[in-house]
Amino acid sequence: MTELVATTPGLYPLPDWAKDELSELKGHQKGDLIAGDEGPEVLDVYERARTDAVDTQGNAGLDRTVEGQPRWDDMLAHPLTVHENVETGGIIRYYDNNNFYRDPQVQGELTPSGDVAAELSAVDATDRQAVLPGPYSLFDLATDEFYDDDAEFLDAVTDFLAGEIAEFPTHETLFLLEPSLVENAPDDDDNEHASEAIDRVAAATDADVVVHTYWGSIPERTYAHLMDADVDAIGFDFVADADESLYNINEYGTKDAVAMGLVDGQNTLVESPETIRDRVEWVDENTHTEFDRAYLTSNTELFYLPVNRFEAKLKSLADAATLAEVDA
Amino acid sequence: MSENDREQFRPDDHPNEHFLLTSIVGSYPKPKWLNRVSDLADDPESRFDEEQLREAHDDACRVMIDEHERAGLDTVSDGEMRRNEMVEFFADRIEGYEFNGPVKVWGHNYFDKPSVVDEVEYADSWLVDEFEFTQSVASKPVKVPITGPYTLAAWSFNEAYDDEADLAYALADLVNEEVEALVDAGARYIQIDEPALATTPDDHAIVGECLDRIVAGIADEVRIGLHVCYGDYSRIYPELLEYPIDEFDLELCNGDYEQLDVFTDPEFTTDLALGVVDVHTAEVESVEEIKENIKQGFEIVPPENLTISPDCGVKLLPREVAYQKIENMVTAAREIEAELDAGEIDLSPEVSAD
Repeated sequence: MTELVATTPGLYPLPDWAKDELSELKGHQKGDLIAGDEGPEVLDVYERARTDAVDTQGNAGLDRTVEGQPRWDDMLAHPLTVHENVETGGIIRYYDNNNFYRDPQVQGELTPSGDVAAELSAVDATDRQAVLPGPYSLFDLATDEFYDDDAEFLDAVTDFLAGEIAEFPTHETLFLLEPSLVENAPDDDDNEHASEAIDRVAAATDADVVVHTYWGSIPERTYAHLMDADVDAIGFDFVADADESLYNINEYGTKDAVAMGLVDGQNTLVESPETIRDRVEWVDENTHTEFDRAYLTSNTELFYLPVNRFEAKLKSLADAATLAEVDA
Repeated sequence: MSENDREQFRPDDHPNEHFLLTSIVGSYPKPKWLNRVSDLADDPESRFDEEQLREAHDDACRVMIDEHERAGLDTVSDGEMRRNEMVEFFADRIEGYEFNGPVKVWGHNYFDKPSVVDEVEYADSWLVDEFEFTQSVASKPVKVPITGPYTLAAWSFNEAYDDEADLAYALADLVNEEVEALVDAGARYIQIDEPALATTPDDHAIVGECLDRIVAGIADEVRIGLHVCYGDYSRIYPELLEYPIDEFDLELCNGDYEQLDVFTDPEFTTDLALGVVDVHTAEVESVEEIKENIKQGFEIVPPENLTISPDCGVKLLPREVAYQKIENMVTAAREIEAELDAGEIDLSPEVSAD
């Protein structure tokens, strides 16, 4: 029987009070975003926002607890934008969304910074789940002004992420978010390198690793290479593109575990637990696969949502996992 | 059509033969007191009521119109003092929308992204009161910015329509009703703001269909502009030349005019409103710097088809910075006009008048 694990890919909306307080304390311009050297007042807001995120997940009944990444002003580019050898350039669009992040311009060696490890260590939960950008997506979001070529830069980003993970506290699961595998997939010649990079980052932790992809499905050649990476699960966006996700699974197989993006992280329409359960059954029936474990999650990060709908979706995910297990 | 309908905005005392229409994109920083007053009006504990808020809005509009006129702009607005945000303001007036709370745009900039939970319907006019007040106060022609239907659809959560295009078309019909009402009230310069097109440029045909619906039945002398914020313009050009509009307002300063070449082939066949000051930096560009930016526009269109504006709405800038940028922008435009009159500027051969 498949173990159902209700979780999320992190990057939560800030609580509304934290939006107000941080707007006031930090300001609204490019230069006001996170730098890593914030004063005690700002740090205090982040600490309370983190506690809020942990409590919200506990109240909803999720099976994994993420930090919520309140400090990630630049979304998935965050681990680089706070790095001492990275300058931040202009604001650029975050994938195809109405959101923006600062262009991380890498100007020196990407040494491990410990920034994400410190956040994760502050999470008081036994079922901690770490969230990082996957190496290919972080490489794709950044501008290299230091390394010799793309291959060397991807290797540097990979080593950097592995170095971050080495400093992580104990965690049950690591979600590597790889939307760029969908949105800007590697060229044929680079697919193997991207997969190796993911494999190397995954090897840096003893926890279960989920490579989560969204905003559609991965091109099949990229998917075939991704299957070579030694990870525990691949995450699929069944909201944006169920058919092609299914195609990849049925054509190329998948890992023993799976992450199912079943809840729309970018629409306020709240899926009921029954709807989510029906979608789990639909995936099961159409893949003819008995997974060891299925992570039930939103397809995308959740910061796109207003807080009330975000909380309702966490609850639906948690209830769906319980409901489906009872039914089974 | 466009060469004629811009002449109606030339001031009687315009000092130069050439006329580079100067304009704003729309939003302007609100005075701090207005924000405080708005907070008070929201606070049930305070004794501040809606009527007093309206009075405060009127006062703020008078100040902003005056500020635009002092800066020397040829067309002015009220700086959108009554509007909280470009989608929220309209969603609040359209049946079928509901609000759930703020969401992030970038950094600590948020907006109350609304949800469409039912069919959208036109109830009361959205902007006619605002326009009539502005026109009664202003001594210059008034430009009216309206958030376009594609953006109203794309920047909402869609819970009710099969897809975003269906929602956008339904909203376009409502925008058409509103434009008709504005024209009846005397408006002659209307700008449709479609920043969302920059986000999803492959939807340019949906925007085209929306614009066809918006201009249906609108008289030719009404100047209709389209503002599209910074993005990869090569993905919407030259398709946008097919749109039924008089002027494109583009954000090119922010990208240091790197995308200028996009618009030179094929030939740009409508008016260009060129962003010449960056709204994302609080550093005020000098008049000389802005003059160089204006000259970039001559790579695309001749002076008689060039409108001068900031890159985008200036509401996130400190007020004194916004004012200084606009004032420098107007000064630069007037100096360029004089230099054109004196034959001191070489226009590139493909855009010279002959």
